[in-house]
Order: sequence, then structure tokens, then C-alpha cells
Amino acid sequence: MEDIKILSARFGKIKPDSVEEYINAGGYEGLKKAVTMQQEEIIEEMKKSNLYGRGGAAYPTGIKWEQAYAVKKDPKYLVCNADEGEPGTFKDKRILAEDPLLLIEGMTIGAYIMGAKEGYIYIRGEYSAIQRIVKSAIENAKKAGYLGTNILGKGFDFDLHVVSGAGAYVCGENTALVESLEGKQGRPRQKPPYVKNCGLFQMPTILNNVETYSCIPCIVNVGGERYSSFGTEFSGGTKLLCLSGNVVNRGVYEIPYGLTIREIIYNLGGGVKDGKKLKFVHLGGSSGSCLPESLLDTRICYDDLKKNGLSLGSGAVLVVDDSNCVVDYLKAVMEFFEEESCGKCTPCREGNQRLLELLEKLSQGRGTLADIEKMKSIAQTMKMTSFCGLGQSAPTALVTLLKYFENEFIEHTAGKCANGKCSMNSKGVN
Amino acid sequence: MKQVTLTIDGRSVTVPEDYTVLLAAKELNINIPTLCYLKDINQIGACRMCLVEIKGGRALQASCVLPVSEGMEVKTNTPVLRETRKTILELILSDHKRECTTCVRSNNCELQNLSSQFGVGDIYFKTRLSDAKIDDLSLSIVRDQSKCILCRRCVAVCHDVQGVGVIQATKRGFHTRIEPAFGMSLNEVSCINCGQCIQACPVGALKEKDDTEKVWEALANPEMHVVVQTAPAIRVALGEEFGMQAGSIVTGKMAGALRRLGFDKVFDTDFSADLTIMEEGTELIGRIKNGGKLPMITSCSSGWIKFLEFYYPDFIDNLSTCKSPQQMMGAVIKTYYAQKAGVDPSKIFSVSVMPCTAKKFECQRPEMNASGYQDVDVALTTRELAHMIKQAGINFVNLEDEAFDSPLGESTGAALIFGATGGTMEAALRTVAEVLTGKEAQSIEYQAVRGLEGIKEATVKIGDLEVKAAVAHGTGNARKLLDKIRAGEANYHFIEVMACSGGCATGGGQPIRTSTEKMTIDFRDVRGQALYKADTQFKQRKSHENPEIKKIYDDFLGAPNSHKSHELLHTNYHKRDLYPSNEDKC
Repeated sequence: MEDIKILSARFGKIKPDSVEEYINAGGYEGLKKAVTMQQEEIIEEMKKSNLYGRGGAAYPTGIKWEQAYAVKKDPKYLVCNADEGEPGTFKDKRILAEDPLLLIEGMTIGAYIMGAKEGYIYIRGEYSAIQRIVKSAIENAKKAGYLGTNILGKGFDFDLHVVSGAGAYVCGENTALVESLEGKQGRPRQKPPYVKNCGLFQMPTILNNVETYSCIPCIVNVGGERYSSFGTEFSGGTKLLCLSGNVVNRGVYEIPYGLTIREIIYNLGGGVKDGKKLKFVHLGGSSGSCLPESLLDTRICYDDLKKNGLSLGSGAVLVVDDSNCVVDYLKAVMEFFEEESCGKCTPCREGNQRLLELLEKLSQGRGTLADIEKMKSIAQTMKMTSFCGLGQSAPTALVTLLKYFENEFIEHTAGKCANGKCSMNSKGVN
Repeated sequence: MKQVTLTIDGRSVTVPEDYTVLLAAKELNINIPTLCYLKDINQIGACRMCLVEIKGGRALQASCVLPVSEGMEVKTNTPVLRETRKTILELILSDHKRECTTCVRSNNCELQNLSSQFGVGDIYFKTRLSDAKIDDLSLSIVRDQSKCILCRRCVAVCHDVQGVGVIQATKRGFHTRIEPAFGMSLNEVSCINCGQCIQACPVGALKEKDDTEKVWEALANPEMHVVVQTAPAIRVALGEEFGMQAGSIVTGKMAGALRRLGFDKVFDTDFSADLTIMEEGTELIGRIKNGGKLPMITSCSSGWIKFLEFYYPDFIDNLSTCKSPQQMMGAVIKTYYAQKAGVDPSKIFSVSVMPCTAKKFECQRPEMNASGYQDVDVALTTRELAHMIKQAGINFVNLEDEAFDSPLGESTGAALIFGATGGTMEAALRTVAEVLTGKEAQSIEYQAVRGLEGIKEATVKIGDLEVKAAVAHGTGNARKLLDKIRAGEANYHFIEVMACSGGCATGGGQPIRTSTEKMTIDFRDVRGQALYKADTQFKQRKSHENPEIKKIYDDFLGAPNSHKSHELLHTNYHKRDLYPSNEDKC
């Protein structure tokens, strides 16, 4: 398999905010080519590229852009979701910190297509140092004529603003992000209308993840078909994965679609740390599924994952070894969602709280079989009825761990935590 | 508008394309359960009770925000939906203080209704209430967060309808609360006490400050001479508390019930509404003739007064100096009536029954003691009166009609329509027209100022003068109107503003109707129409024709706007800081 580096090619090799070094390293070829093309042509290439949104929802980007392009309403906005709040995800951070001009170029191509004059990059508040790098890159791009007025002498204008998030996970949800950008409380909006029709300031808005925008220059440059061929038949291109947890070589890896999870963990990641055995992999962040050893040969590709009831999410691959207890692990996951639910809809607001309470009961040895059934029922309701993706996906880890490790849950009701992680204080075990 | 046809539970229905599935189902007599939905006011799909299944759809959809589309196939009642709704109810109940037996909203609670309909049964979770507290520092409104289900209906009405916006969701997730900024009390922020939040609340998280005990105490005290006045809008709504049809006029039964409760005298705020017209009409004529400050704006609505003091203090000089009818009556009872009846005013306990929660605040304003005592001791809402009648075991529906007591019980049709939006304006025009021209007016019904349009305008020719009038109801609409005047885009001689949408008929103290009832009945319209209808049955329909009004001027006040009138019936207003200091709580 070719060692394709599209997104990470310049990581660590250039001064991140230097337009000159970016260009010398092959940057801005996409934009230069884009401005010689018709807007529809570029969208056509994007559709051929089989690029799916890299933020987690995996919506076909070409189709999204085609739909937004068709909306006859001005002004249009471009917004970049750089909130990167999904636990175990730190890939956008690398692009923002080490090659921000790639993102800026991608957004500028988007602006050229949409006729947008303004764009916003909504960056996670914790990335304050990185925000400064991105702002500096924007200023430098303007000075060099790649941003601002009359870009590349082609008579189109586009300006970018960096906006800082304030620490709410839910602001990674598109409509909540838009609310937050407008200065409102970060709570999701009803869809429809969709952001592409009625987004920022009620105007048509292209909203994509950092990584998604960063794929655009290459697609324009090499063409959609070529880009697609880097991946599998239905999942075009490459993906940044974030390998973390009980694995030897943690970090961000750019992989072509089609590698198996096992290859990623054992070949790239160097296997499980300290010679321990793998218990499960939490794929796609806290909102993603947990999969056991038996599914490790699943390929990273949207179709194969879907067939196994999995999704790639943001690209987090968190390895958990067999010294961990599923109840204890899940408690940490649910504490996160309990903290981050925005409180708008009933199932997410109340459900996360109750699930956490039941897990606490289990971990203290007070849980019952009825509690496990109750957890299943609440999880199902949350999945089916929550207002936005946060609540719908919050119980995913619970549902999948219950599916593959139900016995361990049941053991807890009998006061046993085989791994000794749970206190079990009410039964005096461990 | 384009029509679309869809199928709901196997039945076909054709509705305008801007309908939601919830509204379309209503056309088929299907009531999809809701909690956070309040027609035209709060449509946010948050509670998830109204979820429906859509054929080919990905997940369950909230019907209150789901637009209809051609050929859509909807199911509203399936095993999955029933189970889901039950779980959602259980989750809500797990975070709700379930003291239904003693709750003020028992039997009129949307959550209680649904819970019993769905047979929720035992709640699996031991209630752990999310940092709940009770805020009872406002003179009008009590908030009990332990009962709040976070539907945000109050938030929407306060912010979007009233243009006040002092309550909002704070914090996140399970810890979310509805409260003023920084967890302050309603009496520390720029709340106007209108009580529309109470009207919006599906449960008992918002209620009026209960003052009935004070009234019972006075009634039981043989030393006290207890009198009561009832506002125009009470008589077209009180019956609803006893299961009567909306719009029933229960003036006579109400007078009878009040007498049975033990009030020594049963007076009618309609009398002082007529008195208001005499004073306010004279003030308007004076301002027009003498180049006084115009437009003159009515001052009957105490929520509106407070709104203006907070948000539009630059218009204070535009306000009529007239007290509200409640306060005029209060001043007259402890002076004129006390003299006439030979009762020591210190022994008079003066109660008002108002469709309003802001009146509780108004009667305690420090300047409202023209008689030397607090003019009105307690202001009750329509709901509180209904509770008292029920507590006393009075079979309200079967009561014989009785009359108000003399002399403060006589009134005209003009006074009655004060209870509807535009009514005060119309009553004033009826009198001003005749006083200014000295001739009897041909037509006394001013249709242009009636109805539910948010802002109504009319130009009325009186003699040589073209009086330009505007009427706004709901402080949100008043905001729009005043902004236009501020911007120099509009000007008028006379403006009527009522704090509540629909005027007093749907004031914050009136009977609370469920969101389902409000979907099909506009109570502003039904109660308002009842008032206009009753007006036509009066012999006297102009305030200056009220014989008792003539008498009070002859015997006591002298003339409208006389020195004595000014002492008793007029007042002044003051700017309020939006962020009051601790010394200036309201």
C-alpha cells in the first residue's frame, strides 16, 4: 500500500504560519487551480472524490456543497468546526498547529465556489496558543494575496475570523456551534432547516470539520478520482486517526481507508502496552462504539464499519487493555456526557444522569439485574428520541459494552469486579 | 397557500404547507401529547413527548416542529411511541417534586394529566432534584424550581411575547435551571410582575403569591369592615374555574359568592374604571388644548407601568397621571365611602380581585396610600378568588344572581370593556367625543381599536380635531410601538397599552388553560367578545353617564382633575434601574 500523506505531509516540516514555506512545500496549488475552474466543475470533482465529512457524521461533502451552492440566497458563510471536543480526538489540533494554511486554502476554495465573503473558524477554547498560530497564518495569507480582497487577482474577496469556543462539547454539534457563533447559548437548533440552507445569521452556510476542509486542496489538485483511489471503493482518500489508550505508540496517523483496526493498533501503534491483552477498542470517541477483539479485522471504511454496527466518528481509536473494568470505564464515559449534556431535551438531560447513577450503583456493588434492564431501556430511549447527536450517541458505548461484556455487568450485581477497579464498598468485596 | 395532503394514522388530511404534523393531526381530532409546546409561542421540540413515526424516516420526529410534506405517512400511536413517551415521562417525573396532592396545579397540570393517561406507575429512580430552590421574594410570582420541567414556555413568553426576558436557562445538562441571571430572585431583576409566565407553565413551578390567608383573616376579624372590588375581566373568566364554558358571564353569581364569603360590601372596579375615564379623558383634552406632553399613554395596567419605568423611562411624562382603576377605587373606598358609611378608614380592609399578578405589586407601591392608609390592602387573582369560593363550599354554578353594593357598584358598558384590549381607548373616545363637541355621539363603537392585532391604529374625528390613537397589547408590542415613536416614525395623541396580550381578559391572574385547549380556543377572543357583548346590554354605555359618577363629583371630588382628584386619583412614576441595587428591590 502506498504511503500517502495528504494531510500530514508538512507536519513539523514548515513554520506553520509561513505562506512562503507553505508554498515551497506544495501549498496553494489547489487554490491556484480552483480559480481557473468553474464552480460546478470543482463540486463535481468533490463528488467523485468520495469525500465524507471527517467530523464524525460522515455526510458526503460534495453533495452537501452542491446543495448549498444551489441555494439562491446571499450572503453565504463558511464555517469551520475546530471545536474538537470529542474525547480521544486530537487530529484537528495537529492541522491547526502545524499546517493551518492547508485549512485556510480549503476554506478559500469553498469561498470561491460559494461566493462567500466571510468565514469563521470556531476553535476550541483550550487551544488558545493554536488560535494565535491560526490568526497569524490568516494575516500572512492576507498579506500574500491569498486571502482578503481580490484574491490571486481574480477579483474575489474572502476574509476569515477566528472565534474561540468556551468549553462546551455540544458546540461541536453544527447548529449549536452556529448558535454559539451568533453569541447565543450553545444549544442545538431544530433541523430542518439545515445549516446549508439556513445557518449562520439565518443564511446558507457551509459548515465542515478542519480535516474535511483540509482535503479539498488535494482533491482539486489531483482530481476527484485520483483522490478517491487513495482509499477504498466507497471511502475516498485518507484519514487522520488518533491512537490513544493502552497502546505503545500513541499519536496521530494518516492512513488510507482500507486498513484494518488490527493493523492500525499492532503495526502503526506497536500493540498493547506492557504486554497486556487487548480488551476492547473504543472507536470514534466517547460517542462511538466499543468493539471486542473479534472485530479487530474490520477495515476502516464506512461500509465495512457500518456492516458491523460501528462508525468511525472523529477517528479516535482508544485501546483498552484487559486490566480495565467495563463498568469503571463506562462510568468515566458517562460522567463526561452527564457533564456535557446541554439540558435542552428530556432524554439527554435526564437520561445521562440516570445512567450514571445506575453505573455508580453497579460499581459500588449495589446494582441489580433490574438496573441493567433499566439502563438498556433508557439507552434505547435516548438513542431514538434525543434532540441532537449528543444525546443520540451518548449511550453508544454503554449499549455496545453491554452487548459484548454483559457478563461482567452481571458479575457486578453479585458484588464482583474481576479487575478490582470498582470499590464495591457496600458489599465489602475488594 | 399551497395545500399538502398527508396520512396520519391511516387517515388522509389536507392542510396548508406551513402546518406542522402536530397541527395537521389536530385537524383529524388526534391530540398528540405535548409538554413544551405552546402554540405560536414555544415550538422548540425539546420535551420529546410529541414524537411520531414517519414512514421512511430515520428516527422519531418531534411533531410540534416537523413541517408537513406531500405524501408523508405519519403514525402517532404505536407500541414504540407509547413506550418511549412513558420513559420520557418517567425521566421527567424523576426530577420533579411530586407533591401533586397539595400542588396548586393539581387537576390542572399537564404533566399530571399525561402521567395518569400513560399509566406511568412507580418511578424507578429515587427523586434527586437538581439544586432546586424556591424563589418567593417577588410580591407577585413564586418560582419553585423543584417542580420545573424545563419546558421553557415561560422563557419564550417572557422574552418573545413580553419583550422582557428576565428568565433564561442557566447551567447545563441535569443542572439546567430556569432563572434570572446569576441565580437572582425575580424581585432583583427587571421583572414586570405580569404573570404571563404563570399562564405558560404546564405545571406548578410558577404560581402567584398566595394572599388568600390574609383575606380569610380579615374576614374572620369582627373589628374589620372588609370590602371587595372586582375588575371587569373577572366576570368573564371566573366561571371557567367552576367548569363553565369559556366566555360565560358570571357577574351576578360572583357578587353573590363574595357576599357569602363574608365581605361587608361588594363593589365594582367598573365604577372606578368610569372614574378613570373622567379623569383620563379630561387630562387628555387638557393636554391637547394646552400643548401638554403627547402622546398621552394610559396607565391602567400595572405591569405596563413597571415595564415603562424599567425600559422606557424617557416616556414617563407621556404616561397619564391617573392611577389605575384598582387604586382609584382603593383611594375612594377609604375616603369617600368611609365618610358616607361612617366607618373609620383604619378599620377598613380593602380587597381587590384582579385578573393580574402585577396588581399585587402595584397596591404595595409606597405612593399608593392617598387615604392615609394603604389604599388597597390585598389584591387577589381570579384563581385565588376561585380557591376561596371552593374552600367555602359555595356551589358557585347554582348561585342566584346578586347585584353590587351602592354607591361604588354602579357602572357603564364603557367600564366593562376595559377588560379587553382596546377597551380603555374606546371608553375614553366615547366620553372625550361628547365632552369636546358637547353633542351626543352618533356611533359609540370604535371597531378599529378592537380585536387581537398586536398594534392597532385609528384616526377619530372629534369635532375639528383628528385624534390619532394607537393600541398595543403585550409589552413586546408596546416596545415596537414606542420604538417607532422614539425613531420619529409615528406619532399619536393617545395610546392605550395593556401589559398582557389580549388585555386583562387573559391577564396573568386569570384561569390557566392547558396548551391543548389553547390550540383550538383563543381565550383572548372568547373572553373579550363576552365583554363586548355585555357592553351592548348596558343602559349606560358612556362613563360620564354613570349617575354615581356624577354624584361623587357633586358630593366629594368637585370636578375631574380638581385639586382633590389630584390628591386621591393621580400619581407619579419613577425610573427604575434595570439592575437594582439591594436597597431598591421591587
